[in-house]
Amino acid sequence: MTAKYDMPDALGHFGPYGGIFVAETLMPAITELNQAYQHYLSDQDFVAELDADLKHYVGRPSPLYHAERWSRELGGAQIYLKREDLNHTGAHKVNNTVGQALLAKRMGKTRIIAETGAGQHGVATATVAARLGLECVVYMGAVDVARQSLNVYRMKLLGATVVPVQSGSKTLKDALNEALRDWVTNIDHTFYIIGTVAGPHPYPAMVRDFQAVIGREAKQQCLEQAGRLPDALVACVGGGSNAIGLFYPFIDDAGVKMFGVEAAGDGIETGRHSAPLSAGRPGVLHGNRTYLMADDDGEIIETHSISAGLDYPGVGPEHAWLKDSGRAQYVSITDEEALGGFHALTKMEGIIPALESSHAMAYVSKLAPTMAKDQIIIVNLSGRGDKDMQTIAQYEGIKL
Amino acid sequence: MSRLAAKFAELKLQGRKALIPFITAGDPYPAFTVPLMHKMVAAGVDIIELGAPFSDPMADGPVIQRASERALAHKVGLSKVLALAAEFRRQDQSTPLVVMGYLNPIEIMGYEAFANAARRADIDGVLTVDMPPEECANCVVLLREREVDQIFLLAPNSGPERIRQMDAAGSGYLYYVSLKGVTGAGHLDTGEVERKLLEIRANTQLPICVGFGVKDAETAAVIAKLADGVVVGSALISKIEQHLDDPLQAEKEIIALLQSMRQAMDS
Repeated sequence: MTAKYDMPDALGHFGPYGGIFVAETLMPAITELNQAYQHYLSDQDFVAELDADLKHYVGRPSPLYHAERWSRELGGAQIYLKREDLNHTGAHKVNNTVGQALLAKRMGKTRIIAETGAGQHGVATATVAARLGLECVVYMGAVDVARQSLNVYRMKLLGATVVPVQSGSKTLKDALNEALRDWVTNIDHTFYIIGTVAGPHPYPAMVRDFQAVIGREAKQQCLEQAGRLPDALVACVGGGSNAIGLFYPFIDDAGVKMFGVEAAGDGIETGRHSAPLSAGRPGVLHGNRTYLMADDDGEIIETHSISAGLDYPGVGPEHAWLKDSGRAQYVSITDEEALGGFHALTKMEGIIPALESSHAMAYVSKLAPTMAKDQIIIVNLSGRGDKDMQTIAQYEGIKL
Repeated sequence: MSRLAAKFAELKLQGRKALIPFITAGDPYPAFTVPLMHKMVAAGVDIIELGAPFSDPMADGPVIQRASERALAHKVGLSKVLALAAEFRRQDQSTPLVVMGYLNPIEIMGYEAFANAARRADIDGVLTVDMPPEECANCVVLLREREVDQIFLLAPNSGPERIRQMDAAGSGYLYYVSLKGVTGAGHLDTGEVERKLLEIRANTQLPICVGFGVKDAETAAVIAKLADGVVVGSALISKIEQHLDDPLQAEKEIIALLQSMRQAMDS
């Protein structure tokens, strides 16, 4: 590759995707946010404060762990796990909330809002809000409140107000709608911490930049441990923040393949899935143009996945661009296959992955055997599975 | 001259202001919509904004969200909305009609196909809540070629430069969202509206209509003194919601509210 990758453009476009599609009341807030983000991105003080927080509060760098037993078992490529599950709060989400909360503080905002699906982003937001003494309101679909009660309790302990959203399908997309309504109403003093690489510009680029620490570390660690770059990267994709965080620093390394793993739910052919890149079409939702699950009238279709964190009808616009440009490939894994990945890692390596990350593990177990033993896969272990014990037990008919 | 331009010219001559009801197409059921539109015209409204239901109405409060859900339960998507508009137009060739909604249904239909469908249905304006001028170049041109006005929103925090941008991109009228919030939210501050409208008028010649927070005849009358038109939505749709078991009662109350607004605005 000759030209260095430099997406997005000044208005947040990744080719035809991304952009700013919001109601007029939000435009001044988005302009203000974009200016602040552009300014602090290269501000020495801000970067130093962020790095210190990532080191001492989040616990970075996270290890890159060579899963030797699992690699041997699969009989192909060497598998390295990027251990985002070991971060404070148990997932990659905190990399971004620490960054956005510092930005909120510098901008003088006193109130934080967030949307959450599985609750990981809500917990990561409530955590940083508690630390900085900011008021925090988290919107969560009523369906997700019911299936992730442990995370709801954690957020409440951290001092956040959790608002169950009763509209629409009562899941992540509706929580995002409600958070946007809150933002438009309380725009003067409120900072909206979006948890994924979606939303209007600058969110997709900003969240990517905060998550890119994953890929930067992984690249350096891989060079140190294996003496070379990996051959493939694998990460699950809901909105796509952990995947873009891993992929982004490798985009210009043409020899490194990238695989984003979407949730196929009951199977793509059943229509009950959350895989817009695999089976959706381009449209506009939540402030950006991207691949969506929509019907012929343009109404958003209800999605399904065993994993609440992947249960979203859209995907970050940069993934839409990486798909169309052919730089990354997007595949899908069913609920059942994801459970296979979950058990494999748990039994082979003594690491219990989140259901979201289990989709990536399941794809690795297909991909690794097709590769040579001296090849390397880095897979993002984006979160730990503690939060999913009830869901998994229930799915497998076990009473706790 | 477009129907919207002609209407505002006519009102100016008469020294009157436009009364603009917003209803969600297909709420509470599809056959309710067109008869209600004709009755609203008979009650003295000047322009009708017909809401296209969307599964994810991010700028709307609970009243219009629920109206969208009721309409979507009857599968009233964008094509059906345009069909209802065309049905209205068969009996009424003079009342300007604006379709208001979100961008995704238009994206999925395709901009050119939508512009053609809008022309065929003989609607006069399109207001897409989540499409700012930065992202609309192609759509505005396609609509303008077919003599359909693209209407833009202005917010309390839109500065002079932004207002001029809307003036350049839009036609028909500009819709001033009178408060920071979603549709149907609290009461508007008329002093604030008055100050803002001075700033807006200094930057555009387009008619200004004000909506979000207009609940009763008194507010409508105050706004009518300041703006060129008054938009009322959630207050009407609330009537539908209060009388889901008796839609004709809802219709009666909607007409009564509009008549009281008309009277207050004209006196």
